[in-house]
Formats: sequence, structure tokens, C-alpha cells
Amino acid sequence: MDFTEDQLQRYSRHIILPEVGGKGQRKLLKAKVFIIGAGGLGCPVGYYLAAAGVGTIGMIDNDTVELSNLQRQIAHSTKTLGMSKIDSAKATFEALNPDVKVVGIKERISKDNILDFIKDYDIVVDGSDNFPTRYLVNDACVIAKKPLVSGAILKFEGHVTTIVPGEGHCYRCLFEEMPPPGLVPSCQEAGVIGAIPGVVGSLQAIEVVKLILGKGDVLKNTLLIYDALKTTFRRIKVPKNPDCPVCGNNPTITELLDYEAGYCAVR
Amino acid sequence: MGEGIGIDKKINIKGLVCPYTFVKAKLAVEDMEVGQVLEILLDYEEASRSIPKSMEDHGQKVLKVEKINDTDWRLVIRKEKE
Ligand SMILES: [Zn+2]
Repeated sequence: MDFTEDQLQRYSRHIILPEVGGKGQRKLLKAKVFIIGAGGLGCPVGYYLAAAGVGTIGMIDNDTVELSNLQRQIAHSTKTLGMSKIDSAKATFEALNPDVKVVGIKERISKDNILDFIKDYDIVVDGSDNFPTRYLVNDACVIAKKPLVSGAILKFEGHVTTIVPGEGHCYRCLFEEMPPPGLVPSCQEAGVIGAIPGVVGSLQAIEVVKLILGKGDVLKNTLLIYDALKTTFRRIKVPKNPDCPVCGNNPTITELLDYEAGYCAVR
Repeated sequence: MGEGIGIDKKINIKGLVCPYTFVKAKLAVEDMEVGQVLEILLDYEEASRSIPKSMEDHGQKVLKVEKINDTDWRLVIRKEKE
């Protein structure tokens, strides 16, 4: 594939990097990344992946843009209030970079559709805001052997980890079971500083780019915790658990579960 | 040429400025085999210094940097690694 003159200019700051070059940029243009959620995390992840020229971006979200989203969900705008987040984000990403094809899905992700959605993609990004979805996405990616870049945000804190099935830990190696519903506020109820998803989403986007290029070290067997109040990053070692119910030696979770049970409070 | 260097590929990037000078040069090198030699003709003075430095940073061998007239430079680079 030859670059057009426009592409040479658009991607020149990538191409001149030894780790990218023309070869790496071609990999980015051919890559297919599926993003769960077009909210606080999905917006910056999709925005930077679109800017980077990731050729196909799949995105699923069932919400519409509300005024309270705009403090942090930067792909949406005052002009797209009331529009579906998918249409709003797709318009933003395609305006930024016409090389990118955005496949938008206006549905809720569930155990019945996730495997079908992710099967045609190289990498999955979790930008969801609740535990049932996070466990669903983890288990689906382990079962389908898809690399997963998971992010989470709450108040002044952000978490990022990269799950490479067969090579490193998974989310259940870290936290085997979902916390009981009463103990955890959902992000929808909790506050968050608007730039936190920007930091975490940008870290997720870079993890995705490194996975596509095959360069550097991703957050395999590692949880990165960003504390914005202290301005610190901590790396926590997460060994793969041989007894993990989904990625261990004798997994008990071999098909997707009903993750919503007991979580009726979370939309 | 009388200098014993066989040229495998030539590019003319006169009229281009940084970073496109290096973008073009780097893409040309990527398309070559290790051991092949690239000749670059350019007229952007800064690139006559930055391209050789960048090529060496990327592990390629700079065989020649010469000013050939009032406006133009000729660089000769051998590809040493992918
Ligand atoms: Zn596991």
C-alpha cells in the first residue's frame, strides 16, 4: 500500500519514529479496534486512535449525549446533545480523519452479542463504567483470545491494565469476583475530574498502538494506578493466577454468565 | 561517477522541507534491501545535516554528503538494517 501525499503529511510524525516508520503506519491503517463505550474513556481512546490512523474503529454504546457528559466526554459537544453517543462520536472521529472507518453499534453490550461483535477485531478496549460489563468483557476476551486494554476511573483515580490472553493475567486474576453491589458506587453516581478519563484513555490508546506495532512493553501482569491528587503512578505486579476461574489451568467459566444478577441498580 | 559506489535507488526531494525530507528518505530506505545504496538529491540546507544524523540514529550508514552546486546537496546512504 502506497501512502498518498496527504497521508505522508498526516502521519509524518509517526513515520519518522524508528519504532513506527512506514511499516508501522501501514499496520495502524490495517488495524481493527473495538471500543466498549463512547463515554469518558471511549471518547479519548477513539479520538487518539482515529488521529493515529487506526483503520477500523468499532464502538458500542446505547446512550444519548447529555449535558452532564460534556465535562469529560470530549468527542461529544453542545451541538450533539440528544444525539446518540455513537452518531456523535462517529461524526467527530471521521471529521478528524477520513482514513478511519467507524463502525457504530447502538446497542447494549451483553453476553449474547459480545463474542459476535469482537470476533472481527484485533484488539478490544474496555471503556465501560460498571463492574458487570468489565467482567463480561474480560471473560469474553479471554474466551475469544483477544487482547484487551482495560481502563477504569473514579474521582481522582485511574486504573489501566492490558490483558493478553495466554500470555499474562486477566481481570479475574486481579479481582476474582465482582464486589458486592452495595459497596461500590457506580461511576454514574460518583464524581470524577474531567481530565482523569483523558489521562487514562490516552494511556489506553498508547497501549493499543504498542500492541498494533508490536513495540515496547504493555501493562501485561501489571496494574497501573494513577493518583491525580498526589500526581503519582504506581505499578502493581499482578501474577497470572493458575486457579483463575476463567484463564487458569482448569477454568470453571467456559461460557459467558449472567453478569447483571444482583446489579439491577446499574443501568 | 568514478567513486566505486553503486547506486541502487535515487530520490529527488528538492523543494521539500523537514520533516517531509526525512519522511521520503526513510520510506525509500524501508523499501530497499539491506546492503543497497540510496542517493538523495535535496536543496534544503537543514536536511543536508539532519538526514545523515537521523539515518545514523536509525542504524544506516552515511557514505557521502556533498554540496554539488549553489543550491543542491547529494547524500549517499547504505541500508545496514531493517
Ligand atoms: Zn485470570
